[in-house]
Amino acid sequence: MSLAGLARLIWRTGRIAEPAPGVPGRPDHDTGAEAPVLPRALRGSVQVRHVDAGSCNGCEIELAAAFGPVYDAERYGARLVASPRHADVVLVTGAVTRNMAEPLRLTVAATPQPRVVLAVGDCARDCGAFRGAYGVVGAVGDVVPVDLAVPGCPPAPADIVAALRQVTGR
Amino acid sequence: MSVAPLVVALVQVAVAVVFAPLVIGVTRQTRARLEGRVGPGVLQPARDLRKLLAKTPLRAAGTSPLTVVAPVVLLASSLLLAALVPLVAALPLALVPGDLFVVVSVLLVGTVAIALLGLDAGSAFGGMGSSRHMTIAALVEPTVLVAVYALSIPAGSSALPLIVAARRDHPASIATPAGVLAVVALAIVVLAETGRLPIDNPATHLELTMIHEAMVLETSARDLAWVDLASWLRLSVLLGLVGNLLLPWGVAGTAAVGPVLLGALALAGKLAVLAVLLATAEVGMAKLRLFRVPELLAGSFVLAFLAVTASYLVA
Repeated sequence: MSLAGLARLIWRTGRIAEPAPGVPGRPDHDTGAEAPVLPRALRGSVQVRHVDAGSCNGCEIELAAAFGPVYDAERYGARLVASPRHADVVLVTGAVTRNMAEPLRLTVAATPQPRVVLAVGDCARDCGAFRGAYGVVGAVGDVVPVDLAVPGCPPAPADIVAALRQVTGR
Repeated sequence: MSVAPLVVALVQVAVAVVFAPLVIGVTRQTRARLEGRVGPGVLQPARDLRKLLAKTPLRAAGTSPLTVVAPVVLLASSLLLAALVPLVAALPLALVPGDLFVVVSVLLVGTVAIALLGLDAGSAFGGMGSSRHMTIAALVEPTVLVAVYALSIPAGSSALPLIVAARRDHPASIATPAGVLAVVALAIVVLAETGRLPIDNPATHLELTMIHEAMVLETSARDLAWVDLASWLRLSVLLGLVGNLLLPWGVAGTAAVGPVLLGALALAGKLAVLAVLLATAEVGMAKLRLFRVPELLAGSFVLAFLAVTASYLVA
């Protein structure tokens, strides 16, 4: 595409991000679960490192959508980074497989404090359809301490964004 | 020796530290808007910095004290650069000359510090990033020297403050072939030096394509905050230098409060325009293949060399 064509496309498209919903409350208030205590130091800015512990890639597609232009998680101060050393949130998808249990532990250990472990999807919460499978060690909570979880198979991008907004508080 | 240039240099450093996160914020925000996103706001890099400073650094097992020292050295080199380059005022420091060799050496101190930081953790990507960074630095530094040399011929001095002052007092020297060629060469080199597109993609997640990001993969918390601030300062200071060479108006010639304030305002305007232009250009651009980067940098060296030739022909 020529540069002029690109400029016309940008002009014609304008803003495609959906309007932001209000600042989310604690989603646990209707389940009666205790609201998670999230570190105040992470208010306003959260760097996210994604770990695929054995996912079917359904959650990855929704995650890509959450950080894409329509849901735009970046407007709330959340950004994907390339290294756990830069991260504040370790976002884990999928049931933890045998090969990924140790890398997951190491990744969480390599993330500087204060940190938050976010389990995204039913598999990450309780192994989902893969419960009892021979290659699966367990849910994310069986391997590393989980601070926040997003249910759904796969979870909607809006739910992932809402969980990240709980951490950033924006 | 008068104290005034020293005070102005300190003011310049303070102004650069305030503007550096904002410049990055403006480029990211412009990019987000052009991509149809809302964007995190221009203050987001400042928030990131505040958050990083509140975290506890985690250093890989077996790293040397270099991991602690290198980010501080890099930050110190960037702060010194902000003091030496004429941003707010074009007053030469008596203590350290703002001469082109000094500026290039200060840039190199930072380059070597971050390259050693990349090697120190012993990870494969860090070493790869360092080797690429040094390759690019080796191609960039001669161009900076030759481009500034071309600019120094009409000014009669190789000190950057005097070059900017000469261009402000004789605007006719801005539009000469030598001046234009040298500034274009310098602009390409600034993009390479600060790791922007098309040489390096600052937003990449692919380790194999990284240059700057690969070196800092193992850096965390406070160390990362210093490295980030230092590289943002580098970008802002070098963009400010290009802005002041292109439009030298507003740069203070005396150390009085009024001209310095005006200089800071003019700098804010120039940086804002350049940051928006940079982000807009980057949206329409892909990263250059690594093996093509030397061709681009060789091209910019040719431009700088032509600028020197042209300035001798004219003079």
